[in-house]
Amino acid sequence: MADMLGKGIRIEGLRKRYGKGDTAVDALKGVDMQVAPGEVVGLIGPSGSGKSTLLKCLGAVIEPTGGRMTLGEEVIYDNRWTTADLRALRRDRIGFVFQAPYLIPFLDVTDNVALLPMLAGRSNAESRKRALELLEALDVAHRAKAMPSQLSGGEQQRVAIARALVNRPPVILADEPTAPLDSERALAVIHILNRMARQYETAIIVVTHDEKIIPTFKRIYHIRDGKTQEEAGEGRVFEPDGG
Amino acid sequence: MISLAGRDILHAWGKFVFTGVGLGLLIGVTLTMAGVYRGMVDDAKVLLDNSGADLWVVQQDTLGPYAEPSSLYDDVYRTILGMPGVGRAANVTYLTMQVRLGERDVRAMVVGVVPGGTGEPGQPVYLIAGRQITRSHYEAVADIATGFKLGERIQIRRNHYTVVGLTRRMVSSGGDPMVFIPLKDAQEAQFLKDNDAIVQQRRRTAANPAFNRPGTPGLLDAVIASQSVNPYINAVLVQVKPGFIPEAVAEPIRRWKHLQVYTRAQMEEILIGKLIATAAKQIGMFLVILAIVSAAIVAFIIYTLTLGKIREIAVLKLIGTRNRTIAGMILQQALGLGMIGFVVGKIAATFWAPIFPKYVLLEPGDSVRGFIAVMVICVLASVLAIRAALKVDPAEAIGG
Repeated sequence: MADMLGKGIRIEGLRKRYGKGDTAVDALKGVDMQVAPGEVVGLIGPSGSGKSTLLKCLGAVIEPTGGRMTLGEEVIYDNRWTTADLRALRRDRIGFVFQAPYLIPFLDVTDNVALLPMLAGRSNAESRKRALELLEALDVAHRAKAMPSQLSGGEQQRVAIARALVNRPPVILADEPTAPLDSERALAVIHILNRMARQYETAIIVVTHDEKIIPTFKRIYHIRDGKTQEEAGEGRVFEPDGG
Repeated sequence: MISLAGRDILHAWGKFVFTGVGLGLLIGVTLTMAGVYRGMVDDAKVLLDNSGADLWVVQQDTLGPYAEPSSLYDDVYRTILGMPGVGRAANVTYLTMQVRLGERDVRAMVVGVVPGGTGEPGQPVYLIAGRQITRSHYEAVADIATGFKLGERIQIRRNHYTVVGLTRRMVSSGGDPMVFIPLKDAQEAQFLKDNDAIVQQRRRTAANPAFNRPGTPGLLDAVIASQSVNPYINAVLVQVKPGFIPEAVAEPIRRWKHLQVYTRAQMEEILIGKLIATAAKQIGMFLVILAIVSAAIVAFIIYTLTLGKIREIAVLKLIGTRNRTIAGMILQQALGLGMIGFVVGKIAATFWAPIFPKYVLLEPGDSVRGFIAVMVICVLASVLAIRAALKVDPAEAIGG
């Protein structure tokens, strides 16, 4: 497992405390977690268990109070990381998929996906080429010129996945990606995430409450009272029609 | 890198255009207010230009004839003509009043001039139709802004005048169009009393024992006769001979004739610095208020548009967009809105300026200054929205 984690993510004893003194709240009390490249793991837990806090720490948007987080070979939050470094980290090495797709409404599908490589300094032509390849892989290339408002929920989520993958990040954080979708579409999204994880050697963490998709994970982390517990999942394979 | 601001504007072009049109109308009003001020200044300069004078000789210690009442005897011009450097001198009277044409009346400045040819001081500089006044009574030359036509009979006090000529851009400093009539008629119009008042004045004079002394027959008739004529004018307009400096010609007149003499520059200072100064300040206040209102509207619109995109901004920040890029997007939108507003405002002001009853002068320089002011206002107005956008926590994109 350790060898496989060369490009994955490893968390050891991650802690996060909000507030100070008597009003302080420990949202994370020593979380341990590791995800290998190409692996999709589930992160489940009740409301207030610390899922979102963990996701924010993993997403480099809030700084943990303690513990260690390693992305590939690199330790994150070791006092050497500036705001600009963290911004570049989020742009280039962490992909995000949200509960709602949160596509930029004034950009068409291609530019929504191509925006990240453009922000990273790549040319418009190269960025769009890369975006179209991913849209092709996710079966939404035929909507490349459409605006987000013209897409169905499933199509929007696939575009969001393409956006998360476009900079080839070693890690993708998916926050309830199937919540607004029906069973069939939800399972299709998980199928896509598994396929992309294998294809691009990406470690994917899926935070979910969705009972429909929990059986698809091979490994699941339960988070409760700020601590994680690992267990094996069913790893049920879902093959959508034609997929 | 694509232009996020441009894409947002194109995506919601209807909202931007309608907002820009609203802002543009406000900017149009602002440009028009500036045009009203410029028009007043231009009217004042035109008044001086069209008088054809180098010097204005008026009553001592007054700012006449435009800013204060001034009264001189109508034979003063003869002594002025004898002063060194004086080429031509002509009496003139000014009286702002209602001029009637049938059932309607027009506010006009009635100018009494000595009948003569073009080029005489006080005469209309040029005519667009008809001829100059040649008779000593009952002829008039009117500015076309009065709406009078050649051959029409207009009424000033009790007398009727035939319009024999039409001129253009001959207006008072207040923007009222001018009507030129012969000097004698104008003098009469200035001091003409109604019949009842004349009868009463004669009775009072006759009742005065000082005018009915035995041994001085004819005194009462002489006094009454003197009361029925007006030997006064408001100013003498002077043209200096070629090669003479107006100030050098003015000085001896002041010194020896005990009259006030103003040069063109001094008269311009009186008109612009004193006569229309309050109106200019009034317009200045309007301009300041309109600028503040425009800034507030742009700030409010941009702020509201930004608040409507908070989630997108959070996502943009989460996926690594620089603050500079987000601030640039908001700033460009504010400038875009300002640009749409300015174009609409400029077009609107150009279209509606001629409809105004007074002259509205839209100077290109004011448009350039207005454009710069709009852009500066937009930059300042976007600060609030940029602050709000930069405060957005990228973590907001993640639930919880």
